[in-house]
Amino acid sequence: MGSMKEIFNSLLLKELFKGMSVTGRHMFARKITVQYPEEKTPQSFRFRGLHALRRYPNGEERCIACKLCEAVCPAMAIVIESAERDDGSRRTTRYDIDLNKCIFCGFCEEACPVDAIVETRVFEYHGEKRGDLYFTKPMLLANGDRYEQEIAEDRQLDAKYR
Amino acid sequence: MEFKTFVFYFLSTILVYASLRVVTLRNPVHAALHLVLAFFSASGVWILLQAEFLAIALVLVYVGAVMVLFLFVVMMLDINLDRLREGFWSYLPLGAVVALLMAAEMSLVLVGSFYDLFESNVPQTPGDYSNVKAVGRVLFTDYVYPFELASVILLVGIVAAAALTLRGKRKTKSVSPGQQVFVKAKDRVRVLKMPAESRD
Amino acid sequence: MVETLQQLLPGFLIPYFNMLMQLGQDFFGALWPDIVTVVWTVIKVMLIILPLLGIVAYTTFWERKVIGWMQVRIGPNRVGPWGLIQPLADGLKLMLKEVVIPSGADQVVFLLAPVLAFGPALVAWAVIPFNDVMIVANVNASLLYILAVTSMGVYGIILAGWASNSKYAFLGGMRSAAQLISYEVAMGLALVVVVMVSNSLNLGDIVKAQGQGRFADMGLTFLSWNWLCLLPMFVVYVVSSVAETNRAPFDMAEGESEIVGYHVEYSGMAFAVFQLAEYSAMLMCSTLISTLFLGGWLSPVSFLPDSIFWLFAKIGAFVFFFFWIRATFPRYRYDQIMRLGWKVFIPVCLIWLVVVGCWMMSPWNIWK
Repeated sequence: MGSMKEIFNSLLLKELFKGMSVTGRHMFARKITVQYPEEKTPQSFRFRGLHALRRYPNGEERCIACKLCEAVCPAMAIVIESAERDDGSRRTTRYDIDLNKCIFCGFCEEACPVDAIVETRVFEYHGEKRGDLYFTKPMLLANGDRYEQEIAEDRQLDAKYR
Repeated sequence: MEFKTFVFYFLSTILVYASLRVVTLRNPVHAALHLVLAFFSASGVWILLQAEFLAIALVLVYVGAVMVLFLFVVMMLDINLDRLREGFWSYLPLGAVVALLMAAEMSLVLVGSFYDLFESNVPQTPGDYSNVKAVGRVLFTDYVYPFELASVILLVGIVAAAALTLRGKRKTKSVSPGQQVFVKAKDRVRVLKMPAESRD
Repeated sequence: MVETLQQLLPGFLIPYFNMLMQLGQDFFGALWPDIVTVVWTVIKVMLIILPLLGIVAYTTFWERKVIGWMQVRIGPNRVGPWGLIQPLADGLKLMLKEVVIPSGADQVVFLLAPVLAFGPALVAWAVIPFNDVMIVANVNASLLYILAVTSMGVYGIILAGWASNSKYAFLGGMRSAAQLISYEVAMGLALVVVVMVSNSLNLGDIVKAQGQGRFADMGLTFLSWNWLCLLPMFVVYVVSSVAETNRAPFDMAEGESEIVGYHVEYSGMAFAVFQLAEYSAMLMCSTLISTLFLGGWLSPVSFLPDSIFWLFAKIGAFVFFFFWIRATFPRYRYDQIMRLGWKVFIPVCLIWLVVVGCWMMSPWNIWK
């Protein structure tokens, strides 16, 4: 008796009609597409995007050339050279991040004892030639100056989880 | 010149050219394609003779089915042209005899129609005359025995082809879909109720 | 010929038309009627082919939209309002692309193959009746003609596979050619049953035969169409035509995601012609289903008038159905496709052929 029912079901293509009813219903479902340039998905304050080098409020750069980020970077994207400045403090003479190599893991940010290297929320950047995504120290500092307010707010929000 | 005559000569030219290419071309696939073209123009000539059923059947059977299978085989063959041409001179006498016979038959037919020996005039039929019905009627009344005989022979052919390609037990391990569709999750998976172990 | 044209033209053009006819008569003499016939036929052909190409272009757009909706997406909406210019953009892109001919490919056959695939799909429209009078060529054996012409479509595929000089394209061509031939048998057998019950090979007569019967007298014409009394044939025919047009879930020929098909080596417009062929074949199949099983231009209930719009509505519904199953079902495995064709559909057709034959000989014959 049970097998008769199965034969009947398979001859009447019951399963196929079931499947089609599913797609038929979804045709009228609310669409979940996010139309990117006009609409954007919400971002976390921990978003890891474009890198930036920060400064203290008095304008002094934070980085002390400890090279912890260079050591921790799994993609070896960071290159640092350091020298003694005139006032006797140790500073970087070169701080390059090759964003072609970077995997945006955020280890550099975590390793930094002075919160100098950070990752901002910016992800809409591009390079048009080879080398455009090789960020040098002035470029990173410029990023930091440009997004300082946003960076500071995000660190504030994240502070209680650290 | 009447339009119909023009069409006839047009189709015949293509037909003759294509048939010539079938036997002269080196590449067997190209030869098969020219044979298709020949069938096609032949069916066009038949339509001019108001035999549209035969013309369509020619396209349907020969172009649509037979030649496709032919192409299948010809495409997959790795033909060595030099080896094919090895026996040219030894086969020439036999081939020449066959060719002469065919030429003689054709010229007989041509000469015969020239002197009105056969009743080969195309009967003029009214416009709404259904060729298909006429063919069907003749096929199932006057020629019913040859027709049935032909179908039995074809059936024997099918059985023979199946018997030739049958090679004992199935060697693949794929599951028959016929059985597959009747499998239910209940037969294969058993869901057990397991009380969570308490940590003592 | 001239009289029908005179009836068709608007009044103010008729003097000019007569003048043209007179001029032609003087210039060409006895050949003139033939020339008029040829020109008028060419105009009729253009009237079918040009809208058809436009519809095919927008069918691709409609398919992307429908499948998008079924996958809870929006579908193309960037080019023009609601994405309506998308097909033109696609066409432009494909035309500007280079047609790469692989080295070692058979050039002539390689370029001939897309044409051979596209041609039959267009030629078949010649005998489709749009209503009582609108038909390019009213052939007696129009169903046979359609069978013959659609069986030619396989050449485009098999030659494309062979001429590409690539083993993957070749295997793909073989695969889909075998599939097409297998399903043509089942389709042909299903059509034999339709021909039996309508007692004609003419598509117009087949449609007219569906407008009669007990239900038609009651005013419910749609119940006396062929789909109900020939339901198994209807199902077989619909599934076979999906397989015949190489569309999902039988799209072994293309298999865009994991297997490669006969047109891997094609690019640009040559590839586009294959796509056009696929979509116009799909339109063709929907038209045939509507004509043979769903009463063509007949209206479903007798209080509404028969009109060409019913035919278009039925075609549209079936094209939508094609999209729907593409969005729903996963692809068949190849051996299962062949099994379905040979071991399921052909026996079903043969059995139903005998059943209908006995039915027609019995006193309960409903097709008198």
